[in-house]
Amino acid sequence: MFFPISGAHISPTYLVIIGFIIGILGGFFGVGGSFIAGPALRAVGLDWNFAIGTDLAHIVGKSVVAVRQHRAFGNVDLKLGLIMAIGTIAGAEVGAQLIQMLKRAGNVNLVVSIVSIVVYLSISSFMIWESRKTLAQAQLPGGTVKGEKAKHDPSAFKHVTSGIQRLKIPPMITLPVSGVTISLWIILLVAFIGGLFGGFLGGGAGYIRMPSMVYVLGIPTHLAVGTDLFEIIISASYGTFTHAIKGNVDILIALVMHTGAAIGAQIGAISTQYFTGPKIRLAFVPLPLIGAAIIIYTLVTGHKL
Amino acid sequence: MKKETANTLRAFLIELVIYAVLIVGYFFLVLHFLGEGLQRIAQNHRYTYAGLAILLMIGQAVLLQNVTTFLLRLIRRTQ
Repeated sequence: MFFPISGAHISPTYLVIIGFIIGILGGFFGVGGSFIAGPALRAVGLDWNFAIGTDLAHIVGKSVVAVRQHRAFGNVDLKLGLIMAIGTIAGAEVGAQLIQMLKRAGNVNLVVSIVSIVVYLSISSFMIWESRKTLAQAQLPGGTVKGEKAKHDPSAFKHVTSGIQRLKIPPMITLPVSGVTISLWIILLVAFIGGLFGGFLGGGAGYIRMPSMVYVLGIPTHLAVGTDLFEIIISASYGTFTHAIKGNVDILIALVMHTGAAIGAQIGAISTQYFTGPKIRLAFVPLPLIGAAIIIYTLVTGHKL
Repeated sequence: MKKETANTLRAFLIELVIYAVLIVGYFFLVLHFLGEGLQRIAQNHRYTYAGLAILLMIGQAVLLQNVTTFLLRLIRRTQ
């Protein structure tokens, strides 16, 4: 199929399948899935600028579907999502400026690659340690569970999270849906750091924000997934707009990808109802590792995926 | 529980087949005709294109979700 905006010839079946896979991951883990979509679009010959912008547009659609599904399950904290969107957009702008600075210094690829690998490996190592420890301590039921049982969300890191929640830096924000009262500045800081990494490393940085919401803000995992997706709608829309102005979005490719993602995102979102928080966190571990593996491959071989 | 899972899986597979047919139609009827017009807007009116891109994406998301929900409900009722 010919896509006139980017001038690319890409099989629609390929786009639908990629969208479907990313949709499942997004709906289940609350991530955008750029670490797969970017290389997947690049692999069929789409220029990097179009791959990034088009992926962002497709993320908007996929997140809308997943959020509507999560909202039906009561897994979206709109108040938290709106506050976080402000911090994320500010962080993304600073991240983009950092990239420009590194570009001028001439060592952008190496610095971004090393930072990415360290961040991805740290997240995976921490989450595998925490979720395994929690599962061992809490003795949660084996296999899948359903309904309220799935929302039981213990964490071996709870004492640190409680300590952060006790920091009374005004103004304090009460989040009735999440059942948390926390300083506005801590929420903005978490969102800012997520946005900073998103702007710096590319993509929506859900792989940083979702764990931060759980471990730093103390948001239950199911709510963190749904709220992160809601927040992604706002930040990815902003990203789509700015990229589209620069001529980096082929909306037709995004629309085709989204036809697969629409189904995948619903499957992913529904699946969260069958797993407890620690199990979702444990299943999350391979995602940053895949991201790290792609970057290591690029560094070693010199081929950009 | 097993019967319920089998029913859900069967309903989902039927939905997937109907959805695939609808999507193929959608590619040829809608996206094919949108292509040229969107390309012209993308080249000449960048801000309009940016706004339109987001609206199209959100519009399709809502539409497809409603279609899949409707299909699934319809299939379950006939089972």
